Amino acid sequence: MPAGDEVMCAVGLKKSYDGRLVLDVERLGVRRGEVLAVLGPSGAGKTTLLRLLATLEEPSAGEVRFGDLVWAGRLSPADLLHWRRRLSFVPQNPVLFTGTVRFNVEMALALRGRDGPAASDEVEALLDRVGLLPLAGARAGSLSTGEAQRVCLARALVTRPDVLLFDEPTASLDPANVAIIEETLREAVRCWRPAVVIVTHNLFQARRVADRAALLVAGKLVEVGETGHLFDRPSDPRTAAFVRGEMVY
Amino acid sequence: MSRKGGPWLSAVSSWSELGGIILLSLAVSGTAVLLASAVGVPLGSLLGLSRFRGRPLVVRATYTLMGLPPTVAGLAVYMLLRAPGPLGGLGLIFTPAAMVIAQWVLVTPIIIGLVAAAVEDKDRRFRETAVLLGATPWQARLLVLREARPAVFAAVVAGLGRAMAEVGAVMLVGGNIRWQTRVMTTAILLETRRGNFGDALVLGGVLLVIGFLLNSAIHRFQTGEG
Repeated sequence: MPAGDEVMCAVGLKKSYDGRLVLDVERLGVRRGEVLAVLGPSGAGKTTLLRLLATLEEPSAGEVRFGDLVWAGRLSPADLLHWRRRLSFVPQNPVLFTGTVRFNVEMALALRGRDGPAASDEVEALLDRVGLLPLAGARAGSLSTGEAQRVCLARALVTRPDVLLFDEPTASLDPANVAIIEETLREAVRCWRPAVVIVTHNLFQARRVADRAALLVAGKLVEVGETGHLFDRPSDPRTAAFVRGEMVY
Repeated sequence: MSRKGGPWLSAVSSWSELGGIILLSLAVSGTAVLLASAVGVPLGSLLGLSRFRGRPLVVRATYTLMGLPPTVAGLAVYMLLRAPGPLGGLGLIFTPAAMVIAQWVLVTPIIIGLVAAAVEDKDRRFRETAVLLGATPWQARLLVLREARPAVFAAVVAGLGRAMAEVGAVMLVGGNIRWQTRVMTTAILLETRRGNFGDALVLGGVLLVIGFLLNSAIHRFQTGEG
C-alpha cells in the first residue's frame, strides 16, 4: 500500500523500449488532495510515467501501488477494471466519441451502470462548470479544441475519481480555456480531494496549480519538492537551469 | 432481333427484357453483398480488434484475396458446381444462385479487409479512451465498432460496387443465358463481342446511372442528407 496519505505511488518503476531505458523512478507518490506537477524536457519519460500509472503500459521492473492493488504488469480483469474506474486520464489531444457533448460526459457514468435523473443532474452541473451547458446537445465533432478539452475534463471529473492524471491538458489552448480548466481542477481538489498528477511543459502552470513538483530528466527523477521551494530554492543545478528556462539533458 | 418498341439495343429485344436484366443484376449483386456483409462485417471486426499469433499472415492473405481475379473465383466456383464437381448434384451451375456464390467469393474478402482496416484504425484511438473511462473489454470493443460504423458502411458500398461491376465470374458460372442469367455486365460484354460498341456504351451508361442512384440512396440513408 502507498505510505501515509499517499493514494498512489511508483516504486522502483522502470520502463524500457527495445532495451532502451526510458524511465527509472526510485519512488514517487501522490497524496490525497494534492496536485503533483511532473516537469521535464521532451522525451524525459513524463507521458510514459502517466501511462504506467494508468496501467496502459506494463512496467519493465518495479510497480505502481494504488490502494490495495499493485500494478507490476499483471492484474486480474476485475482488479484492472477497478483500478481504471478509480482514476481519470485527460490526454493532451482530446478524444471524443461520435455523439453529443452530453453523451460523451454521460458515457463515463453509463459505463459504470449509472444513469437516470441523478446522473443527468451531475452531467449538467459539470457542463455548466466548464461553460458548455449551452452546447450540451451539440455534436462533439463540431467543437473547437478548447471546447473538446473541456468536455474531456468534465468527463474525467463526473465520476469523482480518486486519482486524476493530466497529460499536457492545456498545451494547445488559449488563456481563457486554460483558466477554465485550471479553476475547475482547483474546485475538484477542494470538493472531494482527489490526488492529481499533471504533466506539463508550462512552468507558470505548474506554479499556479501544483502543491508539489517533480523534475524528470532522461527518465530519472532529479528533484521532488514543494512547488515554491523547487522553483525558488532548487537543490539540484539541473532543476535551477530548467526553471530558468535553459535546456537540460 | 427486332428493335420495334424495344430499347434500341441489339442484345435486348424489349423494355421488359432490359428491366429483367437490371433486376437480375440488382438481385444477384444485392444478395451476394448481403451475404458477404453477414460474414465479412463480423469477421473483419474480429480481425481488426484482435491480436493473435499469425494475425499478420491472416491480414496479408485477406488483402491478397481482395485482389482475387474474378475469372479465378469464377473458375473455382465453376469447378465446384459443374455436373461432375463436388457440388454438381445441387444443379446450381448456370443459375443466378451460382452467380451469387461467385460474387460472394469475390466480395467477402473485400468487406473483411476494409472493415478490419477501419476498425483497427479506430481501435488505436478509441479503445484506450474507452478503457480509461472504465469500459470493460467488451464495452470498449463495442465503442470502437460504433466509431467505425461509417467506414463499415463504406466497405459494404465498395463491395456492392465490385459486385455490380463484375463480369468474369458471373459469365463463367452463369453462362450469360438470355432471360435466365444475363446481367448488365454480361450483356455489355456480348454487345462488345458483336461489335455493337454503341449499344455496349449505352448499357454501360445505364449501369453507371443505376450505381449512382444506389449510392445516392445509401448515402442518404447513412447521413440523412439529400
